[in-house]
Amino acid sequence: MSDTCATGGKLFKELDQFIEESGSTPDRLIAVLQRAQELFGYLSPEVQEHVAEKLKIPVSQVYGVVTFYNFFSTKPKGKYQIKVCLGTACYVKGGDRVFERFLEELGVEADEPTKDGLFSVHAVRCLGACSMAPVVLVGEQDFYGKVKPDMVSKILKHYSERGA
Amino acid sequence: MKPILVLVSVDSNSVLLGARQFLNYLREQIAEYNLSDTVDVLETGTMGVYTQGVVMAIFPDDVYYAVKDKEDVHKIVTEHLLKGREVLDLTLPKEKLKLFVETAPVSKETRIVLRNAGLIDPKSIDEYIARDGYFALQKVLTEMKPGDVIEVLKASGLRGRGGAGFPTGLKWEFTARASADQKYIVCNADEGEPGTFKDRLIMEGDPHSVVESMIIAGYATGATKGYIYIRGEYYGSVDNIRKAIQDAYEYGLLGKDILGSGFSFDLSVRLGAGAYVCGEETALLESIEGKSGRPRLKPPYPPTCGLFGKPTVINNVETLANVPPIILNGPDWFKSFGTENSPGTKVFCLVGDVVRRGIVEVPMGTSVRDLIYRFGGGLIGGKELYMVQTGGTAGTFVGVDKLDVQLDYDSFAKYGVSIGSGVILVMSEDVCPVDVALNTMEFFLHESCGKCTPCREGTRLAVQTLRRISKGRGKKEDLDTLRSIASVTQEASLCGLGQSITVPLTSIIDNFQKDFEDHIGAGSCPHGVCHFEKSRSKSKVRR
Repeated sequence: MSDTCATGGKLFKELDQFIEESGSTPDRLIAVLQRAQELFGYLSPEVQEHVAEKLKIPVSQVYGVVTFYNFFSTKPKGKYQIKVCLGTACYVKGGDRVFERFLEELGVEADEPTKDGLFSVHAVRCLGACSMAPVVLVGEQDFYGKVKPDMVSKILKHYSERGA
Repeated sequence: MKPILVLVSVDSNSVLLGARQFLNYLREQIAEYNLSDTVDVLETGTMGVYTQGVVMAIFPDDVYYAVKDKEDVHKIVTEHLLKGREVLDLTLPKEKLKLFVETAPVSKETRIVLRNAGLIDPKSIDEYIARDGYFALQKVLTEMKPGDVIEVLKASGLRGRGGAGFPTGLKWEFTARASADQKYIVCNADEGEPGTFKDRLIMEGDPHSVVESMIIAGYATGATKGYIYIRGEYYGSVDNIRKAIQDAYEYGLLGKDILGSGFSFDLSVRLGAGAYVCGEETALLESIEGKSGRPRLKPPYPPTCGLFGKPTVINNVETLANVPPIILNGPDWFKSFGTENSPGTKVFCLVGDVVRRGIVEVPMGTSVRDLIYRFGGGLIGGKELYMVQTGGTAGTFVGVDKLDVQLDYDSFAKYGVSIGSGVILVMSEDVCPVDVALNTMEFFLHESCGKCTPCREGTRLAVQTLRRISKGRGKKEDLDTLRSIASVTQEASLCGLGQSITVPLTSIIDNFQKDFEDHIGAGSCPHGVCHFEKSRSKSKVRR
């Protein structure tokens, strides 16, 4: 317990430092939330309240912004977030079948983390790499292009072997 | 400088093909074979060809290779670099590249926007300067009055490349005329139109062209602060633009008293957080202000009342990349490309069932047929072309009868084929128009911000109706319902998002009416794509 509090406190300190460096005017809200999500993984009510206090704006406004943008999450996501593109270019190349296969293999619903917290699957619209359709993005940087449903288990295996 | 230069494409699409691994391996191999003193390896942007592998160009030999695995890299190092023998089975046929290097049908040089992409190291300001970079800025600051700059742009006929086609010079003039203590220049780099990735490749391949144009825009309009609003997911673009800004500051091209002219301009980056509607200019302004990106009621328009309530110019990435060459070469030069009402070039993204998926820059007025067959190499596996969506998700769906329409900003009004953001999504007979229409409307339903009722409810109704048709439960009157949803949403929505859903929706129904009708009262999807529900409606159909 004390451990999580300690890491939590450290993360809050890091967030405060970011706010201090980049300015605490209300127009910095999105940038601050982006940093907060990077640090905490998702935006809990406590984090949102903290940000509101620091930028001197109502919590309702913070909540409004958090729920407006796709990027922000109020719930924990899997350690490896699998984003499957269902934009038109990927869709016509079979992105939907890839998406279904991920859900099947992991036995989860969309946006819901697996029991071990390792994966969650999200449908996204256009990752801007349409010449490689259908495209899957794992985490922030790992791109997979021309993905076929049969490649899904191999992709998952790669990350489950890496583990938590 | 070393005698041999190898350029490797490391844009996002190439990275997917393994460009990073190949690049590292190439460097290792060069070191291993003691070639480090004779061979320079540089990273560059897109060369426009993807289907064959990662493109590596070797100069001065002017040989282009398509690399598919490490073995290929090894061959190039041991054969070409070490022994000077061309690896023939890996060379890219010149005509494949020709479509990009010489693009125009009349072999006119048409790379205006992509003039540097794939040629320079985007992280090097010196290489940009060596290619006449920042010369336009210097000319503007030393030889021209702000009004002259606007006159040149107006005379060039440059129109906004984000899709709406508003004359850029006019936009700048509105802001220049507005009086305020602070004005802003904003670059809309929130490229979220599915199928579009041209702005990404411009920013990854030639970030300084955007930075330079924004400073010029600032000088012309009296703005002293600029923001580039980039999609959060565009890591490569963000990195390159940030580096470009940092270097421009170091060279005295940004900041106080630029080039000793007394003009000052500051530029910073803002990251999007995933909302398609933020590509709408007033929603984008809201987002920069740190709020939810919901569009504002217009008028007032941004040129007079924009960011933080101040006069603001908002331009698309591709639009801005056109500015320096126009300043340097003059409006008549620019007007020698393209059509009378839409001068210049357009960068198109060829996607879907087309052989050469990627981007091409061609003169305005190029036909859909030329784009698909001449530049795109036709359909994959010799399939039959069935449907094309032009202009992006908010663009038009057309059939083979419209292939000879020449795309420019008038082609939508005249022939019902939109140029939009420049997407050409090629679809073979394997797709079903009802299924595609449903997918398209689901996108708009998801991305509708919910501020105004017509868009929020119109998209929902459209999805419900289309879903019914795709499940075999469609009714005859459904098509009229969809048409009326489209027209009401267009008339009554607050912003471009809601107003534009009518374009894909009515065009797909009008041009593929038979496909829709064939779903209604049928036993299964005529294209074998939609899953009909086995319900009583099916037995009813059997009569």
